[in-house]
Amino acid sequence: MRTTPFHSRLSELNDQGLYTHWQGTLSPLRYTHAPKHEYFAVRNSVGVFDTSPLYKYLVTGPDAERLLAGALVRDVRQCRPGQAQYTIWCDDLGYVMHDGVVFRHSADEFLLTAARPALSWFEELGAGLRVQLEDVTEDYGMLAVQGPRSRTVLSALAPEAETLAFFDHAPVKVADTPVTLSRTGYTGDLGYELTVPEDRAVEVLDAVLEAGRDHGIRPFGEEALMTLRIEAGLALIDVEWHDARLVMSDADKVTPKELGFGWMLRGVRDGSRRFVGSEAIRRELEDGTSRWATTGIVVDWADWDRLYREHDLFPPKSEHPLPYESMILDDDRAEVGYCTSFVYSPVVQRHIGIARVRPDLAAAGTDLRLELAVNHHNTAVRIQTTKMPFFDPPRKKE
Amino acid sequence: MTSHEYDAIVVGGGHNGLTHAAYLAKAGLRTLVLEKNGGVGGAAITEELLPGFQFTTFSYALSLLRPEIIHELNLVDHGFLPLMMPSSFHPTGDGDYLLFGDDHQQNVQEVRRHSRRDADAYERYHRDLDRVCQAIRPLFDNPPPNIFGNDPEDAVDVKWLLDHLGGLDQKTVHDLVRLLTGSAADWLDDYFEHEAVKGYHASSSIIGSKVGPMSPGSGLVLLFHKMGEHDGHLGSWAFHKGGNGGFTQVLARAAQAYGAEIRLGAQVTDLITEGGKAVGVALEDGTEFRAPVVVSALDPRRTFLELCDPRELPLDLVDNIRRMKFRGVSAKVNFALDSLPVFPALPDTVDHYGGFLNIGPTMEYVERAFDAAKYGWYSERPFIDGAIQSVIDPDMAPPGKHVMSCFVQYAPYELRGSSWDAERETFGDRAQAVLESHFPGFGDLVLHREVVTPVDIETRTGLTEGNIFAGEFLAPQMYFFRPAPGWSQYATPLDGYYQCGSGTHPGGCVIGSPGRMASQRVLRDLGR
Repeated sequence: MRTTPFHSRLSELNDQGLYTHWQGTLSPLRYTHAPKHEYFAVRNSVGVFDTSPLYKYLVTGPDAERLLAGALVRDVRQCRPGQAQYTIWCDDLGYVMHDGVVFRHSADEFLLTAARPALSWFEELGAGLRVQLEDVTEDYGMLAVQGPRSRTVLSALAPEAETLAFFDHAPVKVADTPVTLSRTGYTGDLGYELTVPEDRAVEVLDAVLEAGRDHGIRPFGEEALMTLRIEAGLALIDVEWHDARLVMSDADKVTPKELGFGWMLRGVRDGSRRFVGSEAIRRELEDGTSRWATTGIVVDWADWDRLYREHDLFPPKSEHPLPYESMILDDDRAEVGYCTSFVYSPVVQRHIGIARVRPDLAAAGTDLRLELAVNHHNTAVRIQTTKMPFFDPPRKKE
Repeated sequence: MTSHEYDAIVVGGGHNGLTHAAYLAKAGLRTLVLEKNGGVGGAAITEELLPGFQFTTFSYALSLLRPEIIHELNLVDHGFLPLMMPSSFHPTGDGDYLLFGDDHQQNVQEVRRHSRRDADAYERYHRDLDRVCQAIRPLFDNPPPNIFGNDPEDAVDVKWLLDHLGGLDQKTVHDLVRLLTGSAADWLDDYFEHEAVKGYHASSSIIGSKVGPMSPGSGLVLLFHKMGEHDGHLGSWAFHKGGNGGFTQVLARAAQAYGAEIRLGAQVTDLITEGGKAVGVALEDGTEFRAPVVVSALDPRRTFLELCDPRELPLDLVDNIRRMKFRGVSAKVNFALDSLPVFPALPDTVDHYGGFLNIGPTMEYVERAFDAAKYGWYSERPFIDGAIQSVIDPDMAPPGKHVMSCFVQYAPYELRGSSWDAERETFGDRAQAVLESHFPGFGDLVLHREVVTPVDIETRTGLTEGNIFAGEFLAPQMYFFRPAPGWSQYATPLDGYYQCGSGTHPGGCVIGSPGRMASQRVLRDLGR
């Protein structure tokens, strides 16, 4: 099984031996018996997550911006060197394929991370343009350093961390190694990512762990990450959506607007910006044909408790209480949507979820119900729609 | 002398007083909290005794806080942040240890490492205890019915109780009675053979109480400590961000956000009554505040015998309160540490410091620690419930440094032939010697030590005889009888005078229920 450049050290810190396969790479579910302890490291001190399995594409050449501007949903022309953008890309019918982060290093050099392999897609779009695409996935390790103490820890290694703005990046040196330091992450907290040459990954990791030792730094796995990213309201491929090119059913396709990415669509409706799928999206916006709206949901705690206590069960407050996609119902118990992610949030002290509902029901504060099984019986718990993120500390962007 | 008009006055700004005030203010009452100290929190405070080192002087962790309070008072909006304590570490006295965590199967293996027989007993033990907790939760979370009342409403309440108990299965009822009346030792002996496994579980049977694990009544204390369900895990513990002082600050902000007013440095000396009705309070300096509702968050001794004139109360109540047992036996020894102590069998990890350090290797050790207390002296080798809180929350100490809270038993309030002023440091030395024996080199790490005796607890927080529960957890002082027969529903014989402290049902710990349930009583009486 493929491992990441940080694996040799991180596996020493893992006393559980529980891994999942993330894009064919070993990725720890947790490092200790208590994923919640790892979760709290991120919410209260600092944690590190190995995000190396992401695909990484180097896009260079005089037409690099032109290629990406015509492929990515967010306007990459607004991204100046030293900045990064979280973005998505769509098929020609305006359905979402993948997401990733584009780092602009200069006028004609970008590094694009991608959740799924996408080299041929971009190569085909780049045919005839003066642009080179290179898959550099294995050349770099990526280490997320997240949490309120991440700035203090990283500033000790690279003073640039002190002033780096949200979604900016800078070339720095850590452990005598050239590293890209970015103010990015997937936890909704103050945090950074280090993009590190793979042959120096362990040295950089060691420096980070040493700098963090007195701050309670600890590695965190996918279980903790899942709670963190849901609290942050961040969508995950193959959970919130599937690659539109690969699905068999139209019901599995979703548009950026439907997925809650309307904020990426500036300039689409007036036709001032064109990219793959933009025409279909323009029609969707103009005709109001979106089938869904993405919303946060919060469970009515008293109703949740009642449903379980009625059966002499303890109301669970665990990481993944819903084993399958659950329907969202209206007062007449008619299906009006479905929940894609669900978790008990320790910082919100409520069960929260990311859901897709009929657009007319998406206004924050709408009372709905979430189907679930209690004591082997199908029932529904009261929920309310709410804005996301669920947890959004000022320090994230300060 | 000035006079002020409020709808309700709460005497005491501890966690129950603040909870109570928040509920009253939320219901629209102009509510005033009067706190004698310079800060709120009562026994749930955090103090910076050394620059950068935050000490939880008294109360030090969170478990039993009722979840509904978190939601009903919107505490999350005011900074409520319980950090989970994921592990529990129990040195077994022979260099080995029991380390429990979040993974149940791993815990079973950890027990099995010491005793193969105790592995499945461990599962059965938790299941049986969980059933009992589940069974009594409705009793815990509702005011006790008045079994002595003649009101039709009392009859409805009693019927509710009987119906509930009647609905329980035979084994659960029997287990419940065994726990409420028997010793933790008898209960644990029925499950476990290994002395350390028993010792680990026995520790929660003595906290704050003048009992050893072999005393009848220790089962009740054990059961009480399992009633917490932080984040949906029965019996689990958390450390609030900034300590329990951080938590009471959250409560104070919530109360103030609802409109409650908090006055610090306001020592109430007297309840003012007119014609058998409470109409206000007087402070030490003579200032008077007037309100038709006065609620005491103080312990029953102070509520009935100090704030008001006992001659205005029924004699049986006064007798019962005089007779009520307080007998504090707990002390705190808190440390600022230069670095983490080292447990020789686990030299390279910190994860065993993620929760409580339970220093009471066997049941016999704990029982022997109790022996001295029976005869008016403190333990030669005390039981210690420790926590290195800066591991859980790095903001508690400067980077790389640590604070350690140690709850130490037994330390009887009254020493035979000596005083706590004379014995304070010797007692601190004994606690430190116990730590030294498990963590060699511990003493070299100590930057600062704070010894908090039962007398200190009484002097600073007002808890009679330093009893951390505002009245011992003894069967005759619980439920219908807390604090006294006939007065378990938060009212008092004086109209407009109420009680909402830990001396009322369900009892002590940072739990909030007395404050909450008392507010329901007050609001009901006001027709709100």
